[in-house]
Amino acid sequence: MPRKVRGPDAALIASLRAGDESAFTSLVDMYSAAMLRLARMYVRTQAAAEDVVQEAWLGVLKGLDRFEGRSSLKTWIFRILTNLAKTRGERESRSVPFSSLGTDGEDGEGRAVDPDRFFPPGSESVGAWASPPTPWEDVPEERLLSHETQDFVAKTIEMLPEQQRTVITLRDVEGWSSEEVRNVLDITETNQRVLLHRARSKVRAALERYLDQGQTDG
Amino acid sequence: MARPLSCQEIVELVTDYIEGALPRRDRKRFEEHIAGCDGCRTYLAQMRTTIIRVGRLTEETIPPAARDKFLEVFRDWRTA
Repeated sequence: MPRKVRGPDAALIASLRAGDESAFTSLVDMYSAAMLRLARMYVRTQAAAEDVVQEAWLGVLKGLDRFEGRSSLKTWIFRILTNLAKTRGERESRSVPFSSLGTDGEDGEGRAVDPDRFFPPGSESVGAWASPPTPWEDVPEERLLSHETQDFVAKTIEMLPEQQRTVITLRDVEGWSSEEVRNVLDITETNQRVLLHRARSKVRAALERYLDQGQTDG
Repeated sequence: MARPLSCQEIVELVTDYIEGALPRRDRKRFEEHIAGCDGCRTYLAQMRTTIIRVGRLTEETIPPAARDKFLEVFRDWRTA
């Protein structure tokens, strides 16, 4: 007997269990793009990512009767996906398991802003901006919103350490809540926030350099 | 009275602030600093703009061949 599911996913689960293909199709269309992106962070090739997602969908269908709705359907699906992607990634020896994460993350220093931009210890205004940021209100909107700028942001994210890249992608690109990210990646709230902070700070800094350059270019 | 925060401290607290994760007392110290500091107000605005820019990156496309493969999973599962 399938377990009884309550909550917002109940109707969808009932349709899936009843073999309603259109319910499955809508689920595939809703989550597969994000699943592919997430899988791609653990495995080397797009083809491997597609395999992992396919395997995950099979896992979802096979597990339907066991699903109790204690987490959301979305969280459950993405947990199945990350477990499979991690296993596959470890076989390819690419991924660092999230559970091995220290608070210091992957890169040593991890300051949001270059310390040289603040007055140094010993000066009267220690820790105050020596070289404050310039407001982006002055940047022409078409430059801020241009494809070039978007590409630059995308490339910056690609170059982040894996854990930071995963967290900023899920939170800010996919728009997940911190709770969803925590549950799917199995990390603490603090780790989630530290990784997000590092990632966002680096993207901001890169964007600042990029936009400042444009100003001087004319 | 709590010691005022420096700009260098503010930039490390910005995510906690935006995420609503600062304890009330620190939130107050953060806001007191921001109110009197153009540089940090600009910094906070830039972080918010960054988040919005990053949010525009989503491409909602699934390669058609992959989509077909995923949908086939259902048919195989049902006939299994």
